[in-house]
Amino acid sequence: MHGRPRNASKPEEEAASAAKAVQLRSLQSQFMTNHHDKIYTNEAIELSTKLLEINPEAYTAWNYRKLAVEDRLARIEPDPNLVSAILDEELRVVESALRQNFKSYGAWHHRKWVLSKGHSSVGNELRLLEKFQKLDSRNFHAWNYRRFVVELTNRSEQDELQYTDDMINNNFSNYSAWHNRSVLLSSLLAQNADGFMPNIKIPEEYDFVHSAIFTEPDDQSGWFYHLWLLDQTLNVETPLLTSSWPSHGSSIILSGAGCLSGSSSMFTTFCSESGSFPLILYFDQAVGGVSSSTVTIDSELKGNEGLVWEPIPNKNSQVSCVWVARLKYVSSDPCEYKVKIRVGNSPGIVSSRGYNFNAPYEFVFTAHVHDTVEDSQEGIVSWTDGFDIWDAKSKDLNSLVTLDRLNAEMDFKWRQEAIDSEVECFGILPDSKIGKLTLARLLMAREAMVSDDAVKGVHYEEILQLYNDLMALDSSHYQYYKDEHSKAFLHKVTSSSESLSRHLLRYRDMNNLVCLRLNNLSLSRIASVEKLLFVQMLDLSHNELHSTEGLEAMQLLSCLNLSHNRIRSFSALDSLRHVKQLKVLDVSHNHIGKHSVDTTRYLCSSLLSNSELGQDDVGKQNPGLVTKYWDAYCVLRDLNLKQLDIAGNEIAGEEFSSFVLQVVPKLVWLDGQKKLGN
Amino acid sequence: MADKLVADKHLRYILNLMAEKKKESFESVVMDHLRMNGAYWGLTTLSLLDKLGSVSEDEVVSWVMTCQHESGGFAGNTGHDPHVLYTLSAVQILALFDKLNILDVEKVSNYIAGLQNEDGSFSGDIWGEVDTRFSYIAICCLSILKCLDKINVKKAVDYIVSCKNLDGGFGCSPGAESHAGQIFCCVGALAITGNLHRVDKDLLGWWLCERQDYESGGLNGRPEKLPDVCYSWWVLSSLIMIDRVHWIEKAKLVKFILDSQDMDNGGISDRPSYTVDIFHTYFGVAGLSLLEYPGVKTIDPAYALPVHVINRILFTK
Repeated sequence: MHGRPRNASKPEEEAASAAKAVQLRSLQSQFMTNHHDKIYTNEAIELSTKLLEINPEAYTAWNYRKLAVEDRLARIEPDPNLVSAILDEELRVVESALRQNFKSYGAWHHRKWVLSKGHSSVGNELRLLEKFQKLDSRNFHAWNYRRFVVELTNRSEQDELQYTDDMINNNFSNYSAWHNRSVLLSSLLAQNADGFMPNIKIPEEYDFVHSAIFTEPDDQSGWFYHLWLLDQTLNVETPLLTSSWPSHGSSIILSGAGCLSGSSSMFTTFCSESGSFPLILYFDQAVGGVSSSTVTIDSELKGNEGLVWEPIPNKNSQVSCVWVARLKYVSSDPCEYKVKIRVGNSPGIVSSRGYNFNAPYEFVFTAHVHDTVEDSQEGIVSWTDGFDIWDAKSKDLNSLVTLDRLNAEMDFKWRQEAIDSEVECFGILPDSKIGKLTLARLLMAREAMVSDDAVKGVHYEEILQLYNDLMALDSSHYQYYKDEHSKAFLHKVTSSSESLSRHLLRYRDMNNLVCLRLNNLSLSRIASVEKLLFVQMLDLSHNELHSTEGLEAMQLLSCLNLSHNRIRSFSALDSLRHVKQLKVLDVSHNHIGKHSVDTTRYLCSSLLSNSELGQDDVGKQNPGLVTKYWDAYCVLRDLNLKQLDIAGNEIAGEEFSSFVLQVVPKLVWLDGQKKLGN
Repeated sequence: MADKLVADKHLRYILNLMAEKKKESFESVVMDHLRMNGAYWGLTTLSLLDKLGSVSEDEVVSWVMTCQHESGGFAGNTGHDPHVLYTLSAVQILALFDKLNILDVEKVSNYIAGLQNEDGSFSGDIWGEVDTRFSYIAICCLSILKCLDKINVKKAVDYIVSCKNLDGGFGCSPGAESHAGQIFCCVGALAITGNLHRVDKDLLGWWLCERQDYESGGLNGRPEKLPDVCYSWWVLSSLIMIDRVHWIEKAKLVKFILDSQDMDNGGISDRPSYTVDIFHTYFGVAGLSLLEYPGVKTIDPAYALPVHVINRILFTK
């Protein structure tokens, strides 16, 4: 089916083909009779041999042969010579079939089946493999079969690693060899096998892969191996707590829904109708085991024994980077409470790769509980008026001081040296795409390792320039570099209190909500959310976002502006279902309803609980609309929005607006109009 | 160079293939054993071009049923042995015609569920070949039949995740090299079971977007291989499921697919000026569907069936 140039067939060719077809039909029909009648005579078996020689893909013939072998083995004396003769014949038939088509699944599996009967030597099999790998060193059937033989015969990983050495030295352009090398090496490193210490081996591997990258920069064989080495260099296996809200040493004001008089512009005010506030833990990798026994709360806030910790966003998953618990408070009982949180109080927090969170971390914050004075207004929230300048003395930016990622215990030195050495190498590589991309990644890695606040952020200018260069140099992947550029840009903005505070304001009308303005920045991607957990109002309008992936951790978010972006569907907003505080959402002037292909359908956890679809009142009254707007239905019914803007989308109109009002009965403002009957 | 999809030519190409005359070339006879797959490719393409009505539903459906074995599984053609590969195609064909109700669902689903192994993997048939393709097939098929609870989904998912490689891709078994076809199967299975959070979308997305060849705009299946129209499906659907399709240049890919058409006789080939076949015709049209090419109905990237067919199944009890 592959690789045959298109030529008009000549009559003599067609005649020959028809003749071959007749012969094959006859063979197939005879074979079928033998198979269905369970005839396993020498003659019948010979027929199947002929068939498989012409068509190794005739899978039923391989099944037949297995039945024939079992039949013959059952009839003979258990004489090893007789058994060998039978099985040898099978191996010969397989080899002949593979010569016809060395990618035949049926042939390779038949060989494995024969071997599993305890036949043939390792030497034979490795010789056969060598033959096929010479024909095509990328044949994945051969590589898989090799792994099968290695396992069957207990060949050592070190020996196999040497084999990949030989293959690569013979021809570095062998992705299959590099892949196998990565599997073997990661296993040997994980076992701490003799001679396989990361601080020595990884730098050696960098040298080894340079030959592949620098000789032929456009050849992809070494790219992904190099990226894996970088991951091994940068990533520490032990999980760490990256940030929390509230953060250590901060003060927060808690109250009920409504207005406080003279609310502070120094501290974050959190208002809740339900009398609880979120406690957010953000880890550097997915962990499980976060519970009231592994995370303890020491405080006089009553009613918080046996707290339930939830992974965000996947409730079904047992692991997540983000974990949230809700602490209760009583607003009619104003007081000041000190709250002490101890993460990792007892063992149990484990990363998805099996490493323990082993150093307990303690942080303390103060909660000032206030009573509300007035009822909450139902005024419309503006994104342009009513803002005050952020007070530079605000204590809130303590949350920016993210906890120390790397310390001396984690072998910091070799990692830093490896990165430095790589930066030097790639710095002198001529203007190649992989050169620039790798350099950008190396500089991001270096930036992540910087602990000295004075030099934090110094690499970003160069990183952003590299991504700009790449957008021009490799325009096919423009959007990939754009996304990386946006991530780097947000890292830069959040790299210091000073740079972040330039984007912060306070919204007077809602108890001085903390507002972050990131509009008109050509952002195509959200990042650095772990540093933005304290943000309550977020303006991302006039950007290029097509998804809210990442925002689920922002549990304090009550107002979100996504107008004038590239959101294509409500399924792209699925992560917002976890932001229970959200009251104001602007998705006007996007692309919702414009595209027939939904690229976030399967990322939307709602899709699978579709048995719930249409079980409530709305569903029963409008089954057709619930099916038509299933993702809008799933997202909106989980939120308690007061204000929503959807104008300027293809989906907008009478039908959709009236549907929205049914799904969100408590909505006060829709597209700037106050809804009657509230 | 082609500037449009010659849908009418492809329609005629497919209908000719399904009719009696073409059956007696050597190329056709040698593929006899996978006719069920061929039928699925042809019929789904017709459905995407809104021409499913051009075939006799009764004829197709009754032929499909002659391929069912007493074990409940379906064979590639009448008389051949059953295998999950053909069982899925059979179920997909019946779904296209909205004829799933003629199936003994218990029988078919038990056949598939019975092929799950202790470690969560799936064998293709009683002879025990294990491959993540079969994991996808089992999950896709049982999901369509609404019998996913017959298997141990957690173990099935864990096995698939154990086939995840350090480059973010997936292979046919643990340790096997990443390959776009296997990636589609693993990502599709994880998508259907709501487990895409187990995929490193940025890492895999970059591996996938680097399949695009700068010159031709076509996609290959793994590094340093030639571009091929069938990867317009395997790579593209994977990118869509993980929301990274914006990382490739769509217009160039559309051009590669259109250039691979046989403008005179219909059908699409693996690359421009090569021999056409039903396999590449389907993947070319399916790829164009995912690229929102006008006149082609939308296909679901996980189930590989038209969205209206999947919605019909998922949104009704």
